[in-house]
Amino acid sequence: MLKGIRFIITGIAFGIIMSKSEAVSWYRIQEMFHFRSFHMYGLIGSAVLLGIATVWLLKRYSIKDRHGIPITFTDKTRGWKRYLLGGSIFGLGWALTGACPGPIFVLLGQGFPVMLLVIAGALSGTYIYGELKDRLPH
Amino acid sequence: MTMLRYLSQPWPWYIAGPAITAVMLALLYSGKTFGFSSNLRTICSIAGAGKKVPFFQFDYKKQYWNLLFLLGAIIGGFISQQWLTPPGQLQLSAGAIRDLQALGIPFDGQLLPEQLFGTQALLSVRGWIMLAGGGFLVGFGSRYAGGCTSGHAITGLSMLQWPSLIAVTGFFIGGLIMTYLFFPLIF
Repeated sequence: MLKGIRFIITGIAFGIIMSKSEAVSWYRIQEMFHFRSFHMYGLIGSAVLLGIATVWLLKRYSIKDRHGIPITFTDKTRGWKRYLLGGSIFGLGWALTGACPGPIFVLLGQGFPVMLLVIAGALSGTYIYGELKDRLPH
Repeated sequence: MTMLRYLSQPWPWYIAGPAITAVMLALLYSGKTFGFSSNLRTICSIAGAGKKVPFFQFDYKKQYWNLLFLLGAIIGGFISQQWLTPPGQLQLSAGAIRDLQALGIPFDGQLLPEQLFGTQALLSVRGWIMLAGGGFLVGFGSRYAGGCTSGHAITGLSMLQWPSLIAVTGFFIGGLIMTYLFFPLIF
């Protein structure tokens, strides 16, 4: 349990960052899809640019994790159908609820009980995907 | 006190963006990968979905760390709401306020529109479409695409993965279709 605390703390940091950047705001997501502000693009863009630089450095210098194991990066499975179709379905839901999976839970913590219904929906969606998986193009 | 007041201000993207990268790096340093939607699969497995559907038969104990991360995210939301909420309204751009006004959603200055996320939303068909339906699309789509904003947009793009770029393109295709085609029908 004690070693699990680090993940709780990282999660708390994530929840605060999502809240304070207002990435959890339905209004901000609408603003993003209407191209009315740079905020969300700057947020994701700067995270990715810094991410690209640091991941490159981690690889370049074979940095090890805290257990002394070199940090490795597994490539995503090749293909495009599942990414394009699944991604688009995800996007429909992202715009509608104004929240991706992380923020859904952050908002529950912020005291929005209706998020329980979003979570129930998300779990059903995940379950139905599992059920239909073999019949969908990947 | 001044520190708390300082942190309570909305964070600009150039602070919050790099902070998200730091979360990804902290998890990498712990030997884990940042990907939030995997938790939905884990919760299904714990609830016994594996008895019926093979997709949910996996060693979910290895994902417990991610559930702790999820728990932390909930606590982080609580802390922000309790102690880090700035006085005053959300600073939404005038353009977005006009766009939403045109859909019949007046901007109320809150983080989320009260008319859509208050408990009274549960009494309307539109509320169920938005909350349960939207949640369903998020859950189905993220698993189909093999990741969500954290797994693809942040982690995947940082690793320069083509599949993630396709997925993120999909996120925007879906988001724009919802915004421009379906919103006028729903609202």
